[in-house]
Amino acid sequence: MQRNQGRREGSPFTGLGPVFVKELSDHLSSTRMMVLTLFVIVFGALPVGFTLQTLRQVTQSDQFLFLRIFTVEPEQAPISFYAALTFMIPLMAIGLGFDAVNSEFNRRTLSRVLSQPIYRDALLLGKFLGGLATLAVALTALFLIVFGAGLLLLGLPPRGPEVARGLAFLVVAIAYGGVWLAVAMLFSVIFRSTATSALCALGLWLFFFILWPMIAQAITTGFAPSQFRSVDEVLSLEAFGQALQRLSPGTLFGEAVIGLLQPETKAFGQFANLVMQQTRGMIQGTPLPFDQSLLLIWPQITGLIAGMIVVFSIAYIVFQREEVRA
Amino acid sequence: MSDPLEVDNVIEARGLLKLYGSARAVDAIDLSIRKGEIFGLLGPNGAGKTTTILMMLGLTETSGGSIEVLGFNPVRQPLEVKRRVGYLPDAVGFYDNLTARENLVYIARLLDIPRRQTTARIMEALEAVQLADVADKRVATYSRGMRQRLGIAEIVMKKAEVAILDEPTSGLDPHATFELLEMIRGLKKANVAVLLSSHLLDRVQSVCDRVALFNKGKIALMGTVVELANQVLGAGHPILVEASGIDVPAVLKGIEGVQRVVPEGGAWRIVADRDVRAVAAQRIVAAGGSLTRLAELQPSLEEVYTRYFEEARRAA
Ligand SMILES: Nc1ncnc2c1ncn2[C@@H]1O[C@H](COP(=O)(O)OP(=O)(O)OP(=O)(O)O)[C@@H](O)[C@H]1O
Ligand SMILES: [Mg+2]
Repeated sequence: MQRNQGRREGSPFTGLGPVFVKELSDHLSSTRMMVLTLFVIVFGALPVGFTLQTLRQVTQSDQFLFLRIFTVEPEQAPISFYAALTFMIPLMAIGLGFDAVNSEFNRRTLSRVLSQPIYRDALLLGKFLGGLATLAVALTALFLIVFGAGLLLLGLPPRGPEVARGLAFLVVAIAYGGVWLAVAMLFSVIFRSTATSALCALGLWLFFFILWPMIAQAITTGFAPSQFRSVDEVLSLEAFGQALQRLSPGTLFGEAVIGLLQPETKAFGQFANLVMQQTRGMIQGTPLPFDQSLLLIWPQITGLIAGMIVVFSIAYIVFQREEVRA
Repeated sequence: MSDPLEVDNVIEARGLLKLYGSARAVDAIDLSIRKGEIFGLLGPNGAGKTTTILMMLGLTETSGGSIEVLGFNPVRQPLEVKRRVGYLPDAVGFYDNLTARENLVYIARLLDIPRRQTTARIMEALEAVQLADVADKRVATYSRGMRQRLGIAEIVMKKAEVAILDEPTSGLDPHATFELLEMIRGLKKANVAVLLSSHLLDRVQSVCDRVALFNKGKIALMGTVVELANQVLGAGHPILVEASGIDVPAVLKGIEGVQRVVPEGGAWRIVADRDVRAVAAQRIVAAGGSLTRLAELQPSLEEVYTRYFEEARRAA
């Protein structure tokens, strides 16, 4: 018997718009979104508030004082704004995506929607973009608040390069959220139970934040020779360790942010930095121009975006194969 | 396709096959549904009704054979099929946090109904299923029957050419069932071909033009209810006789043309090859019995169904 394997007809994006609009308005009007916003404000405002206090005491002139709001660890709490974001963005993304598909399944709306002229591609992508837009709205609002607070409390406006770097930071933060949104949606496709999918996504999040740094460290130590014979050996071991760490989206985000917000960053890794200073005669304190910083973190940015696309594609493939009976 | 009859078919399946592993959920069925008819899919749980429906909508892949809905192939042209076919799934769900109207607006957007027409078409559809006065209540407050009706409203709004309803009456009380069947008749009046699956046989019987009896993935029987009855129960005129004071079976068996006499709840059911009511009445009265009831029985789908599966089980 011949299988009906011809190419399907019609645009895969038919119906994308309505799904996107519905998801966005659902998210923005949901109680969950209010809880998440509250959460973000509390956890974001606290470090920023403390940091601003610390910064006000700094008297020496700093070209990038404004960007320090995001990166300086305040005296009162050992967490900077960007470090708080590294934790919170995944939580927000998971909160928005963990029940994207399986809740439709459980409400038995999925087959009714899929019996309308729309491909699954459009449904999944619409949900993803809706979640991403929600995340973007929330993060933009948070950034505006922080910028505003900085303006008021520091009493000086950010300069052009600072604004550019701040905006790039926002974009990187949204991409980082996109990775975790894709992860959450993947679990929402795999598991019928929303609780299971939330648990798995949170489990992965904990794994990357707590266990993975330790595991990567242990593996790297295991590969270390008993005695280093050259600088190159030290450098390559450090690079290996970094490569392992970079499997975690949090590391990519952290490095990208440091590259953007601390313009004097020229390399990642202690030894690499040292070597660079000595061999190329670069001085620690001089900042890179914006485009050079972008070039430096380009691999991190592409890594985040590639991760997002890969995870989304897996979710898509799983969803295509799933039979929708409810 | 030179046969003029086939041109009028809205759904045409040939050798349609669905395998789950090695299990044949739908086993090479042939099925055609004509324009403007109400067609019933019947069969026990797990017979393959839902699977057949999903293949018609392109919601699950076929494993073999061919299927065409309104001339389109649901596998390659699912959008064309789904634009024209309305589907009411088994245990349909809506977005509970939205109102009925908002639920339909979302579907209207997906269907790309022009915005200027949306409001009017939604109201029209809700009126057709008598939900207009609760259009702005959240669906969370709806009863099961109201949800089913909202599902029908969606099909009306869609102006579907074919409506596929999976167990539309399951879980409904008799009155709600009656109302829903009226709405299904309404669809037929609006020239929509209706395919429905159900377990409520006597209800199905009252609306369906033709039925197909599914058994283990195969279509065991297909045709009008009378045709099926003739096939399964044997051709003939069943009548019911209630009498007392004599040995009724003996008298009845003496009548020419009577094939069987079976007791049924204090009365006797006779199957004869012709209408023997007049003769039966004469004989009973002549024998000194008192005749209290004499009725011609309509062949019932329930009976066809029960008998068929009894025989199938015995044969197995
Ligand atoms: N995803 C699946 N994997 C394996 N077998 C399946 C799957 N879905 C359905 N089946 C099998 O296919 C057969 C047909 O199922 P189907 O749902 O079509 O029956 P049905 O006639 O609609 O039954 P019901 O009246 O209970 O709704 C059943 O035997 C079922 O076990
Ligand atoms: Mg079924």
